[in-house]
Amino acid sequence: MNQKAVPVYTRPKEQGFLTRLLRRIHVDVPLLTGLLLLSAVGLIVLYSAGGQSLAVLGRQLMRLALAFTVMLALAQVHPHHLQRWAPWLFGVGVMLLIAVLLIGDISKGARRWLDLGAIRFQPSEMMRIAVPMMVAWYLANNPLPPRPLKLILGALLTVAPAGLIAKQPDLGTSLLITSSGVFVLFLAGMRWRYIALVGGAAAALIPIAWSMLHDYQRQRVLTFLDPENDPLGTGYHIIQSKIAIGSGGFYGKGWLNGTQSYLDFIPERSTDFIFAVLSEEFGLIGILVVLAIYLFIVLRGLYIAAQAHDTFTRLLAGSLTLTFSMYIFVNIGMVTALLPVVGVPLPLISYGGTSMVTVMAAFGILMSIHTHRKLVPT
Amino acid sequence: MTKTPLKDYHRESETFNNRVIVATSLIFIAALAIVARLIYLQVINHQHYTTLSQENRVTLVPIAPPRGIIFDRNGVVLAQNAPSFSLEITPDEAGDVDAMLKELGELIALNERDIKRFRKEAQQKRRFEAIPLRFNLTEEEMARFAVNRYRFPGAEVVTRMTRNYPLGELAVHAIGYVGRINEKELKKLDSNYSGTTHIGKLGVEKAYENELHGAVGVEQVETTAHGRALRVLGHTAPVNGKNIYLTLDIRLQAVAESALAGKRGAVVAIDPKTGEILAFVSTPGYDPNLFVNGISSEDYRALRDSLDKPLINRALQGQYPPGSTVKPFYALAGLEYEKVKPNDSVSCRGFFTLPGVAHRYRDWKKEGHGTTNLDHAVVQSCDVYFYNLALMLGIDKMAEFMTRFGLGHKTGIDIPGEMPGVMPTPAWKRKMFKQPWYGGETVIAGIGQGYVLATPLQLATITATMANQGVEMKPHLVRAIQDPGNPNMKLQKPQQISHVPLKQENWQAVVTAMTNVVHSGRGTAYGSIGRDATYKIAGKTGTAQVTGIKQGEKYNEHATPERLRDHALFVAFAPAEAPRIAIGVIVENGGHGSSSAAPVARAMMDYYLKDLQEMGKGDQGKTAQDAGNKPQETQTPMAAPAPDTSQENSQDE
Repeated sequence: MNQKAVPVYTRPKEQGFLTRLLRRIHVDVPLLTGLLLLSAVGLIVLYSAGGQSLAVLGRQLMRLALAFTVMLALAQVHPHHLQRWAPWLFGVGVMLLIAVLLIGDISKGARRWLDLGAIRFQPSEMMRIAVPMMVAWYLANNPLPPRPLKLILGALLTVAPAGLIAKQPDLGTSLLITSSGVFVLFLAGMRWRYIALVGGAAAALIPIAWSMLHDYQRQRVLTFLDPENDPLGTGYHIIQSKIAIGSGGFYGKGWLNGTQSYLDFIPERSTDFIFAVLSEEFGLIGILVVLAIYLFIVLRGLYIAAQAHDTFTRLLAGSLTLTFSMYIFVNIGMVTALLPVVGVPLPLISYGGTSMVTVMAAFGILMSIHTHRKLVPT
Repeated sequence: MTKTPLKDYHRESETFNNRVIVATSLIFIAALAIVARLIYLQVINHQHYTTLSQENRVTLVPIAPPRGIIFDRNGVVLAQNAPSFSLEITPDEAGDVDAMLKELGELIALNERDIKRFRKEAQQKRRFEAIPLRFNLTEEEMARFAVNRYRFPGAEVVTRMTRNYPLGELAVHAIGYVGRINEKELKKLDSNYSGTTHIGKLGVEKAYENELHGAVGVEQVETTAHGRALRVLGHTAPVNGKNIYLTLDIRLQAVAESALAGKRGAVVAIDPKTGEILAFVSTPGYDPNLFVNGISSEDYRALRDSLDKPLINRALQGQYPPGSTVKPFYALAGLEYEKVKPNDSVSCRGFFTLPGVAHRYRDWKKEGHGTTNLDHAVVQSCDVYFYNLALMLGIDKMAEFMTRFGLGHKTGIDIPGEMPGVMPTPAWKRKMFKQPWYGGETVIAGIGQGYVLATPLQLATITATMANQGVEMKPHLVRAIQDPGNPNMKLQKPQQISHVPLKQENWQAVVTAMTNVVHSGRGTAYGSIGRDATYKIAGKTGTAQVTGIKQGEKYNEHATPERLRDHALFVAFAPAEAPRIAIGVIVENGGHGSSSAAPVARAMMDYYLKDLQEMGKGDQGKTAQDAGNKPQETQTPMAAPAPDTSQENSQDE
């Protein structure tokens, strides 16, 4: 909106046409490079994990195209607009979540989808951006660090939608949304003593939370604690995933040569467990490369947050980046049996559409925040 | 906590940056944790997981070894592995299985049992595994299916090797059969049977299971998590089972079976020198092929409920009173124990009484045989002479002698299920019935009645022992075992069970008497077989009572219901001067031994001693290779090559 800021920010150096174009359309080149690299790696792994199906690859390409388009579109939106829209987006999101619980479609035993005639829509995905936006908006209006009352209300803004999502039930998304809100509180400077207090309280609440979990969720946790206990039942995923990773070794079995993957021993190998395929075929070397790309993207995101010029954009950028890293660690932790099995895809590599669009939307916001800065703070 | 409501941008920014630094540190720590975890999995435990992955990937599929083939002594195939064609359906490819079954039923015969078994198996197996629907398709059914094949995706005609008995009923009670392994057997079997579906259930098939089975082979197959095989990685061939050559001459067997056709009975023919069983017949028989892939309940009920009891192995398990066939043996015992001399005679008035007892033990000839010496007594089968002799010998001496010849205990034949028969003693009776022994029981034991019971196999065995001058050879059905791929056979060594030392003149006297039974005009078998015999047969007829006859009552064969008529028995060996075959025959409810049992033995001896010679070579000469090199060839009994005895032959003189 504030288009005048752009020429001030852009130092007229002798730059190539492409660089100037990318600047003009509010693209952050390092971030875009990282994301494109990651997508390319993802397609290579998916080709193998999807049984060398060109149809699978084609569909993933379509989704990537859509996701990058969404990213570019959001990059054009000035952060001020985002800040203004935040409460509305959040309000609509919460209402949709309630609607899902009342009239949503059931798929795989969970009520997550809203059928809008032409498209099926998962409101919980929207909340992954709406919640940090809302909490950042709420805290940004007052001096930081936030006072206890603010903190409690901020926490409520997080926990309410997370609770609705947990009810669907979708524990993975619920946990990630909770953490996105918590990240805002943390970045806003929530005092360490409060953090310790909340952490202690959370630990005390574990038994209560346990009693509220669904049976299959409890089973996942039990399985995580002792996968060999039920090797053919719920422990099967974890055991087979560990075998795939371990047998990959340092150099991997080679692209398209993963026996665990090709002989169907890895469940969900093109979606949640695609990291196991990557590890089996490309070994530790391959994983280090992918981790490096991920770290680069995360560090760039944190850099953008640190460079942001107002509280709202700073908190939002920081939270979105940390949530992105959360995705990575939860997924890899699950596949390597460091964490319980939670249905979280590996961002930009796993096969699947909705979460990819959300992830890229977040990067669109980061780009917008970075490219719409004013040089001088108001 | 006193704070100005104004924002302190510098301080906020500083706080934020501190928090970002903390978060970055945490991210690095998490990344390091993941790398550490991966090093643990991929480097430190790489070997362990590689092994697990390999075990996941490779499945060992057992390959059943081809079962050894069973031949007769001349190389005629008695049991082989023949291709049988079955129709199999893969549900995954078939789509609507119910509709397909209905349409298939119009082309080939499908009964409820087939469909029931198919459905049961379909529930247990994976959807991409083929499930047999019908076994043993006929040529016509295969042709009809082939023409309509395009209509049935996922249905296929599959060739399997199935045990097959080309001669059907012939010698079924000796050969036995194989059947599907049942749960009880499964518990006892080791991994060598992991690919095997069938196991010997009866007869030689059961007794020589270890030799016939062979060793399992293994195929290493790359398999998906769902068990679908992708490709073969390695292969260890199975070791074929050993081939077995029986002692049976299947042509002699056929002669015996046709001589007994339509009757219930049993015949065993033994080579007295070696104990080799030349024929082993129990009629009626049944088709062993019915049992191989599971007999239908109707077929089984029919066999089980038949009054003729075809499933009973009469030769091995039927225990009959031997009747007069034991008389020559008692005569020999009398001579050996010096209780009588050949010319001592007894006056036969048609009955016998014990001192001080009114009961009359009748002779079969009401008017009596008059003055009767040993030869006359055997030839005419005089009961009174043997009542007397029994009293002189006493039951203990009788039992001692007969036991050494082979009565009252198992012969030790090499197939399972043999019954021991009974040679009674007072001690035996006390143990069995807790009753004392009575003198009258000795008397009737003297004519092979009362408690005395013998199997047809035992009758043949004691006859062979007689022919072999008191040397009892263990009767056996397997002559040689041939390792797969090796043309040389390992001949089974004949085993001597016991030796009864006999005085030559005593033995000669009894054999002469037995020869007179057949060849003297007064002999009981003269009319039926002796009149036109061109070689010397030594034999003895026998009749065993099935139903009791009251004192003073007359037995009338034609007035007695068939199943209560007497059993007819005959024992014989020939040629009398140099015996090569000893035979025991029983025809259930056949009436007299001479009329119904003796002709069976005669027909067999004619074949064995005359026809074989005329066919050119007799049972000597030729080689094992003839039979061994062409094990799959099915020969008709009469066209078989002459048998072999060429190598390491321990049988001939």
